[in-house]
Parts: sequence; structure tokens; C-alpha cells
Amino acid sequence: MFNQTELKNKKISEIIAEYPYTENFFKEQKLVLNDQEKNLKEIFQNLSLEAREDVVFDLEQFTASLLSYIENMQEFLGETDSVVKTLSILAGKDKSGYPENYKQLNIKSGEIISIVGPTGSGKSRLLADIEWTAQGDTPTERKILINDQIPDKKWRFTGGKKLVAQLSQNMNFVMDLSVKEFLHLHAESRLVEQEDALVDRIFEEANQLAGEKFAAEAQITSLSGGQSRALMIADTAILSSSPIILIDEIENAGINREKALELLVGEEKIVLMATHDPVLALMGDKRIIINNGGIADIITTTAEEKKLRRELQILDKLLGDLREDLRYGKKLGQISQQLTAIKLIN
Amino acid sequence: MNVVTFSGPPSSGKTAVILKTIAALQQRKLQVGVVKFDCLYTDDDELYQKAGVPVKKGLSGSLCPDHYFVSNIEEVVQWGKKQKLDLLITESAGLCNRCSPYIKDIKAICVIDNLSGINTPKKIGPMLKTADIVVITKGDIVSQAEREVFASRVSTVNPDALVMNVNGLTGQGAFEFSTLLYDKADNIETVTGKKLRFSMPSAMCSYCLGETQIGEEHQLGNVRKIELGDD
Repeated sequence: MFNQTELKNKKISEIIAEYPYTENFFKEQKLVLNDQEKNLKEIFQNLSLEAREDVVFDLEQFTASLLSYIENMQEFLGETDSVVKTLSILAGKDKSGYPENYKQLNIKSGEIISIVGPTGSGKSRLLADIEWTAQGDTPTERKILINDQIPDKKWRFTGGKKLVAQLSQNMNFVMDLSVKEFLHLHAESRLVEQEDALVDRIFEEANQLAGEKFAAEAQITSLSGGQSRALMIADTAILSSSPIILIDEIENAGINREKALELLVGEEKIVLMATHDPVLALMGDKRIIINNGGIADIITTTAEEKKLRRELQILDKLLGDLREDLRYGKKLGQISQQLTAIKLIN
Repeated sequence: MNVVTFSGPPSSGKTAVILKTIAALQQRKLQVGVVKFDCLYTDDDELYQKAGVPVKKGLSGSLCPDHYFVSNIEEVVQWGKKQKLDLLITESAGLCNRCSPYIKDIKAICVIDNLSGINTPKKIGPMLKTADIVVITKGDIVSQAEREVFASRVSTVNPDALVMNVNGLTGQGAFEFSTLLYDKADNIETVTGKKLRFSMPSAMCSYCLGETQIGEEHQLGNVRKIELGDD
């Protein structure tokens, strides 16, 4: 890699040829490059007072910053150590200072874990502990291990690389972009290869999840709640750099929630899901019970609960069909027959 | 005493982040005080008072808030010492996007929010570029993708900064952030003699001195013209 002195003396074209992504750095730093055959030293010597003001940094600071940027990007691109195969949560204590009721919880990639507990019971704290890769240095004194080891500090501080991605009912799109432009923008920021194919795939998956289809040219801000959720989930599953996903309650409207979870799990993500909807909660292999700031219990989904889930799925579908009928102006009839049919399967 | 300077565009969530962070610091039995710099009006001091935090406010009125900041910072530091604070926080609004009230060797924090648009990191220049820690707020209401794109833009503009997400409403991330603010080994007795990280917005023209008439003949001093071209 170039050192700082070399960076000052290399032609801009040479720097860009070596590290193509630096073109973006020059643009974001607002350094005007009329002549790429000049080196940074020459460019800074000839900067007008106004241009110097725009760039903020002097030559020394600018090249130091450029060097940090290249280091960050090289690390980001060359990464092989950020695969999370297991996430372990080691017990700490609850708000009253009592030890939590478990020793160690291991979660493997592709697993779904539900989190239940009343508002204010400590769900956010648990999530924050994971995101911060706590090492006994948070109020709960929990410890987090990744692949059975104490995690690298980078998970705490790197802007583009967070351990946990989050999806919640309150989230909206705020950019004025079409679906396609938006996906390309995200893909560009991740520096992915085969961008077009990836964008197409996310678009297709999102449409599979959404109750009502949407076009690639649609503005993301005009999508319905269900369509937005579907796009967010497909995008997070396929394009997010975070290996762990926290889902905070997805409403049962306009989106196929089971398919959504399958998609996430299929991408080898660890899925943590805060929900009090039994249809979703029972999809988890285990569920964490949170109370008074601590993990009060970890319940493995029982065989009976799995049977219950199949019954609930049928109920869920019945309700969904009624909703569809309502939407398309049909008259609704009683469902007692179908309810009896549920009884018959057991 | 430790000193940190907070800065960021208006309504980005500085006060909310500071309040949640102070709550975490108070649990460690640290005395924290705040001086809030603003332009024409603020009632944030009442919010701090409610939280039991010693607070002073300064309104710059017709002056550039950054110039007001730098002409008062030494007095503010002495006030903090008199209050026997462990940590003094100064909060100032980046009203013209060109604000940069950061001092060399004093921790500098920039607060910006996900809602402000992905070009904001590029727009706010020195306030973001010269910060040590960048706190991004309002992550709970935008999509994961927008958060990722925003954070990556921030890291492009300031590759050396630590970038953190803090939720000003729920306080998620505030405890973690608070651990970066206070260092027992640090002690600031005075800021006299220290230097600003970057020059402040400068202007010395007739309008600074109270001119109200529009027209070429009334424009004296430091005047910059817009480039409109011939077409």
C-alpha cells in the first residue's frame, strides 16, 4: 500500500488506478480535480482560498485522511473474518443485581430466536449488549462471544460495519428515489460485484413477500406499509453487511411473514425477533423470556407448540383470506366449518 | 475536569443524546454540567435543569454563534471548574453548516441524523470532518439500508472518526457512547492558549456592520459573488 509521502507525490490518476474507490473519496471531500495527471501536492499548492475552505483539510491532513480511508476500505473488501457462525451470550445480572437464570446461550447462523417480555423489561438492553459486543462493561455485565472468541473491537466503532441490523414497524423510507435507484445506491455503498444481478434478485424477492406487487420504477416513499416492509426485509437479507438481524414486531398486513423469515434464515443470518404474536414467536427454535432487565428463562419450542403453530397458521390464513375478500369488495361468510376442520387434523 | 464539545445541525438530536448520556454518567457518580450555546432562543436549559444537571445558556443574538463560542469558552471552563464538575459539556448548534467550534486536544463530537438526507455528510464540512466521534441519531425511523448508506458516507467524509448510533428517545447506545466521553487521566485547567481545529466562518463586510441597503455600491469588505455564467 502507498504510504503518506507516496500519496502526496502520486498522480491522482495513479491513485485511482490503484484504488478505484478513492474516486468517491475525492468527490465526497469536494476536492476539484480538473487535471488527474497532477499529484496532490501540486493540487493543494494551486487551490484557491475558496476551494481550500471547501476542502477543510490541509495537504497533510488530507493525505492522512485518504490513507485512513484506503485502510478502512482494504479491510472492508478483504474481509474473511467477519463471518459469524455462532453468537454466544454469557449470563450477567438483572436490574436488582441477581444473576440471570442461564449460563450461556449459543445461537448459530440460520437460527431464529424469539424474544418476549413486557415493555421496559430489557429487550433493548439485550440488543444493545449484542451490538456493543459487551465484555462485562455494560449495566447487565453480560459478555458476548463471536465464534467462541472475544470479538474484535471493529464491531463497536466501524461506521459501515455493524453487528446488528434492525427492522421495525416504525421504520420508513425517507429518500426520494425509485426502488431500483435505491437498491443500486445501497449496493454501491457496499462495493458489491455483479450489482445488477443482485439488485434484480432483491427486487424479485421483495415482490414475492409483498401482498401487492410493486414496480421497480415506483418511488420508495410511496410504497404501502407491507410493500416497504417486504423491500426492507429482502434488502436487509441480501445486501446488509450485518450478520445478525433484529426484527421488532412485524404486523400481519400486506406481507408474507413466514417467507420473510425463511429468506433471512436462508441467507445464513441470525434472526432475533421481538414479538408477542404466537404465529411468529413459535417459528423460533427457542425463546428468551426477559424480565426486570435480565433473561429469566430460555424455553425450547415444544412438540406441542409446534402442533399449535400449524393450527395457528390455518387460522392466520383464514383471517388473511377474509381480509383479501374484504379488500376486493366481496361479501363475507361464516368460518365455523373451517374451524371445525382444524379440530379434525389433530 | 474533562471537557467535550458537541456540535451538529439544528434538531439533529444533540440535547436528547446528551441527556441520555448524562443519565449513564450519573450512574457512575460523575458530576456533569452543560453550557448550551444557541442563537436567538433555547429552552433546552430547562430540560437539563429537570435532569438535575448544572446548566448555563448563552445566546449569541446578532453575532455568529461560533465567534460567540470562542470568545466565551475560557469563562465557561472556569465556571465548570467552580461547579467542581468531572465533565463539562458544551453544546452548540451548527446553524450555518459551516460551524466548527472544535478545539485541538478537546474531544469533539458531531451529532447528525439519518433523516437529514444522504448528502448532508458532504454539506456540513468542517463540523463533521474534524470531529473525533460522529453520533448518528434517528436510526429507529429509517430503513436499515438508508442507515448503512448514511454511515458509509459519514465514514468517507471522516475516515478517522468513530461512528456510533445512538437513539435519543430510547437511549439505546447512550451508555456505550458515555464510556468514550470521560477519562480520569484527562484534566483541563484552562483552554487559553489552545487552538481551534479549523478557522471559523469568516466575514467582514458592510452588512456585518449593520448595512441594510442592497446594491453593489453598498457592498464593502469581504464579498463573494455567485457564479451564474453568461447563459
